[in-house]
Amino acid sequence: MSILVNKHSKIVVQGITGRAGLFHTRQCREYGSTIAAGVTPGKGGTRIDGIPVFDTVEEAVQTTGADVSLIFVPSSAAADSILEAAAAGIGLAVCITEGIPVRDMVLVKRCLQGGAMRLIGPNCPGLITPEECKVGIMPGSIHQKGRIGVVSRSGTLTYEAVKQLTDIGLGQTTCVGIGGDSVIGMNFIDVLDLFNQDEETEGVFMIGEIGGGAEEEAALWIKKNMKKPVASFIAGLTAPPGKRMGHAGAIVSGGKGKAEDKISILKESGVSVCRIPTQMGETMLSALNG
Amino acid sequence: MNIHEYQAKEVLSSFGIPVPRGRVALTADQVERTAREMGGRCVVKAQIYAGGRGKAGGVRLADNPEKALEAGKDLFGRVLITPQTGPEGLVVRRLLVEEAVEIGKEFYLSITLDRNTSRYCIIASAEGGMDIEELAAKSPEKIRMLPIDPFVGLRSYEARKVALGLGLQGRICEDCVRLMLNLYRCCMEKDCSLVEINPLVVTRAGWLLAMDAKINFDDNAIFRHQDYPEMLDYTQMDPLEITASEFDLSYIKLKGNIGCMVNGAGLAMATLDMLKEYGGEPANFLDVGGGASKERVAEAFKIILQDSDVKGVFVNIFGGIMRCDVIAQGIIDAASEVGCTLPIVVRMDGTLVEEGRRLLLESGLDVQYTDYLGDGVEKIVKMLQES
Repeated sequence: MSILVNKHSKIVVQGITGRAGLFHTRQCREYGSTIAAGVTPGKGGTRIDGIPVFDTVEEAVQTTGADVSLIFVPSSAAADSILEAAAAGIGLAVCITEGIPVRDMVLVKRCLQGGAMRLIGPNCPGLITPEECKVGIMPGSIHQKGRIGVVSRSGTLTYEAVKQLTDIGLGQTTCVGIGGDSVIGMNFIDVLDLFNQDEETEGVFMIGEIGGGAEEEAALWIKKNMKKPVASFIAGLTAPPGKRMGHAGAIVSGGKGKAEDKISILKESGVSVCRIPTQMGETMLSALNG
Repeated sequence: MNIHEYQAKEVLSSFGIPVPRGRVALTADQVERTAREMGGRCVVKAQIYAGGRGKAGGVRLADNPEKALEAGKDLFGRVLITPQTGPEGLVVRRLLVEEAVEIGKEFYLSITLDRNTSRYCIIASAEGGMDIEELAAKSPEKIRMLPIDPFVGLRSYEARKVALGLGLQGRICEDCVRLMLNLYRCCMEKDCSLVEINPLVVTRAGWLLAMDAKINFDDNAIFRHQDYPEMLDYTQMDPLEITASEFDLSYIKLKGNIGCMVNGAGLAMATLDMLKEYGGEPANFLDVGGGASKERVAEAFKIILQDSDVKGVFVNIFGGIMRCDVIAQGIIDAASEVGCTLPIVVRMDGTLVEEGRRLLLESGLDVQYTDYLGDGVEKIVKMLQES
């Protein structure tokens, strides 16, 4: 088992003819994902690498039965693309695009409220169920089918964790990058909940960073609900206050969002937290053997 | 993106929010002239990209134009150090000269994103003029928060509840309702990540006035607002951070001596944490981004080397979209162009790592290469401790 995507997932790529869209479409396909369709307004009826391209997501869904959307549309139009996916009956949208205005995402989040579509991202690496389906921009080769669920606000730091989990022999069930923005679709708790219910997932590695209160909320949720061991790393222990560290959401403001506070509440909730990023694999292993 | 107080007040004013009469001055003479126009008595306020100016001596009350001139002469060129500027402070190059106002009562009012609800939120308090974050920590019960449903926007009845909660009554309460509706309109139309009026005052004469104002624009929305870049005051920003932003690189100057180049914000933060844990001091945060070209990598490397505090460089790359050979070629190009003699430690993993390693090792540069993060951090810290 796995969460959210598996070998039956059929992907439609929104923005398939763009540079990033096409490059990663090929990479996902090479990994074994089923790319059922692409969408680029104005290019409907053409094919790219043999993949049928449609003008709208609706046509793509009706014709190919795609159920997952991977979005590479530029930031000015990305909010529209997410809403289009929802309107077309897509079950899961994964938005890689970074730099979407906050006001747009506030509206998107409100529109999706109560609807059936799940959103991952934006500004995220996507998700992967090793050896079955890659819907994102992560390097496929470092992943290995296994026992650990990974959930993260980061991109490359997730790769670091994944590689350590692979090297130490634990492997992964599904890895989900939820994104580094202030307003995102699925949060830590949404993903933790799915891992909690997934039979194959034996433990979860959670990667957080400074800014906001998502890790704190997740910690309280874990304490109350999680049946499996959780290990974690929080980036930004040494970040200066008031500075935005690359991600839109990564900022310590007014003494809130500090790594130190996140770490202590996670620890209080029974999560094993490592202080340096080279110990992520080992920390997960000892949490499992706990 | 930051703008000055006087610019924020211009923006608010364009949305019908009352602000004190005033004008920005670039010379002491202009300060005097404006003071005269204001009727003699005025406030002279240093315009810097940081709060806490009052306590640092950046706000002066002048009883007459001569005193205003004096304040102007004293403030121009002065370095203000406040809790928000860091120890190096910020230089005063613009002053806002405003009419002096008799204050009756002070309030706090702002709109910003509430990450918990993913909605914009009105924050209000009858404790005006205070640092809101300090107030939130000490007496959270004195702060009212109202998340706004983006579908319907802020409604009068909601704003009225907030205004009544502040203790406002009658006409002033209704004025405040209108002001909040305008503030919300401003926040939406201008894509603000923060609009803050602190203090919002009721004057002795019984009128609402935004005495101090702060606006941050959402960096991601700049493409919708061609006028934003013109509003930037580059004298208030770190020159290296300006160069970096021209190349779309995320760079923040820090206090140490190890220059850092990493791909990905999370990994970059984790790398800095790791350097500190091993006793090193990073000189900067630099996220070279996902799909950078070798030219952009070279620019990033040059920016790091331009910082004279840097005594060694640590490169940490986990190639996903970013190919290790591109990184390697960028480093080689930059290092040979500027003739870098500093010790460099490179750790790479991921996409095309073998090719990247080969390029670096064959380049003739004095580069220590490693496959492991821990090893790389140890190496660079040790090299700098020995030198």
